[in-house]
Amino acid sequence: MNYINSVKIALNALKRNKFRAFLTMLGIIIGVGSVIVMLAIGQGSKKSIQDQMSGMGTNLIFAMPGAVQKGGVRMGNSDAKSMKLADVEAIEKNCPAISDVSPEVRSSGQAVLGNQNWPTSIYGVNNKYFNIKKYTIGKGRTFTETEIQTYAKVCLVGQTVVENLFGKTDPIGQSIRFKNIPLLIIGILGEKGENGMGQDQDDLVMAPYTTVQKRILAITHIQSIAASAASESQNEAAIEQITESLRHSHKLKTGDEDDFQVRSQSEMVQMFSSISDIMTLLLGAISGISLLVGGIGIMNIMYVSVTERTREIGLRLSVGGRGSDILLQFLIESILLSVFGGVIGITLGIVATQVMASIMSWPVVITTISVIMSFLVCSAIGIFFGWYPARKAASLNPIDALRYE
Amino acid sequence: MKKTIIAVNQLKKDFYVGEITVHALRGVDLEIKEGEFVAIMGTSGSGKSTMLNILGCLDKPTSGTYFLDGISMGELSKNELAGLRNSKLGFVFQSYNLLSRTSALENVELPLFYNPKIKSKERRERAEAALEAVGLSDRMHHMPNQLSGGQQQRVAIARSLVNDPVVILADEATGNLDTRTSYEIMALLQDLNQKGKTIVFVTHEPDIAKFMTRQVMFRDGHIIREEMVTNRNNAVELLKSLPLEELV
Repeated sequence: MNYINSVKIALNALKRNKFRAFLTMLGIIIGVGSVIVMLAIGQGSKKSIQDQMSGMGTNLIFAMPGAVQKGGVRMGNSDAKSMKLADVEAIEKNCPAISDVSPEVRSSGQAVLGNQNWPTSIYGVNNKYFNIKKYTIGKGRTFTETEIQTYAKVCLVGQTVVENLFGKTDPIGQSIRFKNIPLLIIGILGEKGENGMGQDQDDLVMAPYTTVQKRILAITHIQSIAASAASESQNEAAIEQITESLRHSHKLKTGDEDDFQVRSQSEMVQMFSSISDIMTLLLGAISGISLLVGGIGIMNIMYVSVTERTREIGLRLSVGGRGSDILLQFLIESILLSVFGGVIGITLGIVATQVMASIMSWPVVITTISVIMSFLVCSAIGIFFGWYPARKAASLNPIDALRYE
Repeated sequence: MKKTIIAVNQLKKDFYVGEITVHALRGVDLEIKEGEFVAIMGTSGSGKSTMLNILGCLDKPTSGTYFLDGISMGELSKNELAGLRNSKLGFVFQSYNLLSRTSALENVELPLFYNPKIKSKERRERAEAALEAVGLSDRMHHMPNQLSGGQQQRVAIARSLVNDPVVILADEATGNLDTRTSYEIMALLQDLNQKGKTIVFVTHEPDIAKFMTRQVMFRDGHIIREEMVTNRNNAVELLKSLPLEELV
């Protein structure tokens, strides 16, 4: 069998019907193009979520009070007062996989400056908190140990608070009031932007945890613990050690349920990644359907073409073409249609993706694997949908085919 | 002693249509030697088309033997028959059967595409030579719809010549043409025959059959008459004698 000749014959046959060949390819072009675009959008959003999440620190670990049972009554975890400062100290002492740990107490309310006010949250933390949550100090300084011990009325403010209360004036050295407690601003946090869930990470005030505990909330417990693992690979170990330390300091017996929860940022990253994976799959599947429709279009045209070219097939058989030659010709025609269509579709898809990325500034990622995959799928479609019409053509009887009207 | 190209012995062909058996050929003996120009004649249903299909290796007989250029076709597979058609036979059809939107040259090249031994350069050269032989060297790149019926049939004849077959099988090759063009085609075939080509020409028109060297008459699946043409027509001379009105 001479494959080069078969390809030439098929190419000539397609050339005779350029417009129809193009229309047939259009289905594949659109199908492949949309697969490429959809996968690029899906992958892009996954990557941007991952980037934002790791911007928050992939080593981040939270511990917060969990739901507890008191005499058969399940209590919500928001009122739980089970976490103490001693827990933090114990973690600091007992957990080698933890590099930094900080208590966290929160309150929300109005921050007031003169006649201006702004609703925000105040976080009571220690000095290590900035490192744990990857906050930078834009200007000024953090708390001193003395300030923490003496419940000093000092704070750092985030960019959003600065913009809304101070405008262009320098906030450092000025005081804002939070729940009627005047707090001297000693520093400004560097800008951090939104997190993966769209929360403004700059809309906050940070004060020593003692200040928030004693002066603002008047509590002795803490609301949660933020820690960071020494490295990303030690995440698992860190979670285990914190759990162990907390169980010990909460005096839980073996078999008792945890009265707290430990979560890590990398778990969250995984969760969001898997959500966007599902989304990618969904988008891919939808555009895959249009690819399938394109394939059926090829089959339809090839099928019609076999009937329309019955006499041509008869002639080819009579001048010495074998059934396998005819089969190959029609199969190659449909493969050429789908592969050409695929190449054009991939090109258009990449162009459309770039245009979208630059005009709408969407995060897009084109992976090699998605390009290769769609190309392979195209060829498979050509073979799969071309096979039946090609078989039909090859099985024609030359005498009947020659007399076909 | 001329070489025997076609030797057919007690050839029978039955068709089964439902429960009825149609005996299309009921034992035919025929021998065609190199350089002959044979007319196969008969009314429709006489078996002449079935005969041509078998001679053209497009169909297999129910019984009997058929030797083409010394090869017994009864023992060949479908693919071997295709090979035989490709190397030893040339077909000319009533309705030309040219590929549309394909140049005359490419149409003539077609049979050679199915011969893997022939490279593209040789293919092109042989197609050009064949078109020259039928007098269409100035029309090589024309599409079939840019050619007259007679020219299209010439392209088809060139296509049948291009693989240098041992015999050309023509099926009512002048059936779609007017008298004058028919004579032109006959002149071309007579010329090819003169140069040594063996031609088998199926027709039902007695005056067309007069251009050939031998006539074989079919009826009801038998050969009823076989005779040499005595006062053979010369197409070139007949063309000269045609009244001028026929040109319009």
